[in-house]
Amino acid sequence: MRPILEVADLWKSYRLGAAQSGYLTLREWLLGLQPKRSKTDPTFWALQNVGFSVYPGDTVGIIGRNGAGKSTLLKILSKITPPTRGGVTIRGRIASLLEVGTGFHYELTGRENIYLNGAILGMQRQEIKKQFDEIVSFSGVERFLDTTLKHYSSGMQLRLAFSVAAHLEPEILLIDEVLAVGDAAFQKKCLGKMNEVSRSGRTILFVSHNMGAVAQLCNKGILIDGGCTRYIGTVDGAIRAYMDTVTEEQRVWQGEHAPLENLRILSVLLRPQDDSAQITTAHFLDVVIDFEVLGPAPNIAFEVWCRYEDGTLLFCAYTNLLDLARNARKAVCRIPANLLNEGFHSIDIGVSGNYVYALLKIDNALSFHVAKYVDENDYSGKDPGIIRPLLRWEIDNQPVNTQRLI
Amino acid sequence: MEYRIKPPSGLSLDTGELWRFRELFFFFTWRDIKVKYKQTTLGALWAVLQPLSLTIVFAFFLNKGLSLPTDGLPPVLFYFIGLMFWNLFASGLTGSSNSLVENAAIIKKIYFPRLIIPLSCVLVALFDFLIAGAALMALIIWYIFWSDALSFSWIRAIVLLPLSLALTLLVTTGIGCMFAALNIKYRDFRYLIPFAIQFLFFLTPVIYPLQLFSNPAFTYILALNPMTGAIVLARSAFSLEPIDWLVPVTGYLSALVLILSGLIIFRKMEAHFADIA
Repeated sequence: MRPILEVADLWKSYRLGAAQSGYLTLREWLLGLQPKRSKTDPTFWALQNVGFSVYPGDTVGIIGRNGAGKSTLLKILSKITPPTRGGVTIRGRIASLLEVGTGFHYELTGRENIYLNGAILGMQRQEIKKQFDEIVSFSGVERFLDTTLKHYSSGMQLRLAFSVAAHLEPEILLIDEVLAVGDAAFQKKCLGKMNEVSRSGRTILFVSHNMGAVAQLCNKGILIDGGCTRYIGTVDGAIRAYMDTVTEEQRVWQGEHAPLENLRILSVLLRPQDDSAQITTAHFLDVVIDFEVLGPAPNIAFEVWCRYEDGTLLFCAYTNLLDLARNARKAVCRIPANLLNEGFHSIDIGVSGNYVYALLKIDNALSFHVAKYVDENDYSGKDPGIIRPLLRWEIDNQPVNTQRLI
Repeated sequence: MEYRIKPPSGLSLDTGELWRFRELFFFFTWRDIKVKYKQTTLGALWAVLQPLSLTIVFAFFLNKGLSLPTDGLPPVLFYFIGLMFWNLFASGLTGSSNSLVENAAIIKKIYFPRLIIPLSCVLVALFDFLIAGAALMALIIWYIFWSDALSFSWIRAIVLLPLSLALTLLVTTGIGCMFAALNIKYRDFRYLIPFAIQFLFFLTPVIYPLQLFSNPAFTYILALNPMTGAIVLARSAFSLEPIDWLVPVTGYLSALVLILSGLIIFRKMEAHFADIA
């Protein structure tokens, strides 16, 4: 059987300087700054010599850490950005879903948006017409079909968007992390729909952080790390290999990043209670952000994003909007004891303005193992669940000691 | 169906691909027209009201007040035709120049031939133009039945109007595609465009006749601007005066240069729009 999608010797580079400034001004171009820039700027290879084949009916999970090159690969496969070297051969109709609701317009009604979004995703008008009723009933927004989208709740928008996407019928479907949003019940419905799609013999490439979803949906797995393929094979093998790459502890982050106009993060440090070498569930953890204020910094919020080993976001804790003083140096976020479960965790640091604009994001700034705190009469297996909070129990209004009380 | 994704190389218009995406092209146009007149009471009537009110102002001040000649046409017709074609150019150019930046979110997430975005903006402007065209027809009919200020031949009008419209669309598309692509890389164009349009307004005989200057050299310098030829042709459609063909021919030649360079620049930059948008 011939592969339906063949990636051969694929390379993709970005110029770092160009990526940071985004676009040039005419002045820079007129002053001849661009050529100088391209000579001095380091080239960043987002993908290096990537090659694999996908056969009809395969559901392939593409996994890897943030910044490993997964999304770049998906962008090349969906023709959004061209490769620098190498190529891809595709034998079939392909559709990509890098975001739900691409092209949704707030001033249009639900009905109009179904047609518009369908067309953007590559459906013919006849196809959309044929499936229209099914799309509407899957989304559950029948009553608001002729209401403009701006009056929809975000959940309704999402359901409508996913319903259109779920009714795409290409031979190859590329999906990027779109399941990471939405309420649990709807996510389940979507996973079910995608399972159905893959059983009907179509080929799916699925990029995700959510190992649970990957394991459930895919039969093949590809691990990408640092722009290279590290593992190509079964989905279980890929997930195991992924776990190996992400389980190195990193308690200090001191890196280079493009400083904001008014703020530079100098370092991020994980300081467990008593500076303990072995972090346990009984320790509180301080995330210490050292920074430097370079100019007036109004309406800034710091964010700590904590992820579990499978990539699930446990929480995002942020400050209220701050007007940082010039001499401000340090932000400390305390993750209380008895919250995290045992296992591997990672922390992303973010800085946002007005809660809306992500000014800065340092993915995987910190990562660490949490071991289970064990006292004599404890049972030693891992507690189920991805968090392990200490909750208060009462029986007949009397507080009760729990196993976990420490 | 088999195709390859390769590093960008060479230049081709790939009209086959454009044809495959024709539905999306019309969807974009339909979306922009819908959104444009959403929550307006007068709706597409605005496409008539704008040139009509300016026509009255110009007819009053420039013709009655300053006694500027109007090429033997009734002043109202003279200004209305000029403004109609000028609006098609100006709004088509503004729309398409900003179109890629405004649709950056879509460009970054899905593939389609990028050319359909600026093209659909020109089509949106054409929609307004056709509505204004209906008003022009009404005006002509009024002149035929209730006034003797107008003498023209239908055959001449039917030949000249499409020539004029085609020239307008060529130049609008050409500059529009060029600016759309450059705007995504050099955001200066965002500020340049309104200024350039205002500037060109005075270099186009919209509110004055081409023969305003006694020195013929001026006429041919103005003729390098394709909109000069387009508006001169459109006005000649409703008169019996002889046409100086050198003006529209010069306009067509410079429009061809503009559309070719516009498409080449667009195609050259197209592959990296998603990276720099």
